[in-house]
Amino acid sequence: MLNKETLCHYYGKFTVYRDKVLALGNDSLEKTFAIALSLCLVCAVFVAMAAVALKPLQVMNKEMDMKKNILDVAGLLEQGSDIDAAFAEKIEAKIVDLESGEYIDSINAADYDQRKAAKDPAQNVAIPKDKDIAHIRIKAKYAKVFLVKEKGTIKSIILPINGYGLWSTLYGFLSLDADGQTVQSINFYDQAETPGLGGEVVNPNWRALWKGKKVYAETDQPSLDKGLITEADIGEPALTLIKGVVDNSKPGSQYQVDGLAGATLTSTGVSNLVRYWMGKEGFAPYLSKVRTVKGGA
Amino acid sequence: MSAVLNDETKKVLIEPLVSNNPITLQVLGICSALAVTSQMSTSLIMALALTLVTAFSSAAISAIRNHIPSSIRIIVQMTIIASLVIVVDQILKAFAYDVSKQLSVFVGLIITNCIVMGRAEGYAMKNPPLESFMDGIGNGLGYSLILVIVAFFRELFGSGKLLGNEIFHLTKDGGWYDPNGLMLLPPSAFFIIGLIIWSVRQWKPEQAEKVEFKIMPIAHGEGGHH
Repeated sequence: MLNKETLCHYYGKFTVYRDKVLALGNDSLEKTFAIALSLCLVCAVFVAMAAVALKPLQVMNKEMDMKKNILDVAGLLEQGSDIDAAFAEKIEAKIVDLESGEYIDSINAADYDQRKAAKDPAQNVAIPKDKDIAHIRIKAKYAKVFLVKEKGTIKSIILPINGYGLWSTLYGFLSLDADGQTVQSINFYDQAETPGLGGEVVNPNWRALWKGKKVYAETDQPSLDKGLITEADIGEPALTLIKGVVDNSKPGSQYQVDGLAGATLTSTGVSNLVRYWMGKEGFAPYLSKVRTVKGGA
Repeated sequence: MSAVLNDETKKVLIEPLVSNNPITLQVLGICSALAVTSQMSTSLIMALALTLVTAFSSAAISAIRNHIPSSIRIIVQMTIIASLVIVVDQILKAFAYDVSKQLSVFVGLIITNCIVMGRAEGYAMKNPPLESFMDGIGNGLGYSLILVIVAFFRELFGSGKLLGNEIFHLTKDGGWYDPNGLMLLPPSAFFIIGLIIWSVRQWKPEQAEKVEFKIMPIAHGEGGHH
């Protein structure tokens, strides 16, 4: 066992070896290896200590940031207000079974982490390749949605979305009106797209373009006439990003958002992830339930 | 100060500000100077991070300089620099989360910033730790100075703000200033840095490089067929 005596013994051996190595020529093989190894050890300990010591603060920051993003996408973020208090007061978290679209009340929403669940084999499902348009491969069985209510009726439904862009998986929220059809806002809180190009997904001006857009194709006469939407598309997610600027006077423009200039792959990724999460694999079953039970939760 | 700092220390601290500036004279560290200067706040944090990394890595490398095997010299320097950068990144994530999100990859990219490596290899390998530390601080400040100047113009003319405070009232809010979109894009930093380099070299003509070769005028009679 380790006691003071053996420690002293090993320390003595260590100092002898250290002095021997330091006395060696700098280019000897032994010194090269010894220096490389000890430098790695020292640096590893240094980095590990910093990472472990700062972890609690970083986790807290991430959580705060998430809450801030949810408030932001719900249009409830006020500068300088207490985020924790506002979140607790206005936002209700709910767990939804993606397949059935039903609420699962047996899971405590506050403790459920959808991103962790997506990585846990007991809580995730693999997405069939042909349906995996968002390129995420696996998803959690249960999703954590957030509701904003006023006097018992739903004001906004905030849905977590994610999908692959150009460099990174984008994580964000899409906020819909109680009709489960009209977009209120979109936001991405975790992404590593090219700053200034794909990274513009967080730009408030671009995000503002989403307001009032429609997710699902409706029996919209002008669009039907022009062949933009066929009978088969009705009820399917139609919202996509297009190249260039949307002409709001044209039929079908309610399903279109400006693509990001210089970021075709990120734009395609955003289109795909919205279509995926609004589709049957995503929140379509849940949203249809919300629509039939108006305001019920 | 003068009692504490000897001449060498003062020299390494002051010289990189103008007369041996890492960006304008040595033209190092340009990529981050383009990337993070659209706002003053990100530039200041980036400048602080780079200054600290350069100073501490130079000091650490200098402390062990007599025992670094020359065959793994660069990788030893890189290991020390990379460790410091990771720690700085962790600290930013813990204490300045919003700024660290905006800086995204650029904090990590300090590892490849030529100024840090340049000072390690060019100065810290041959000089004692305190001087190397001061040399790191001096070069960091030289970098910071240019970054802040570039960010000042980019933020002011690109978004009418300084450190997030409105200076020019924007037309979209009913004011008079129509922001210059180019200033928000990285290429604008090229123009500003170019102008800074030009002004510094007008002021200190000795900084201008000598012309390496001259294109000879075509002599008459030699340009024809052979």
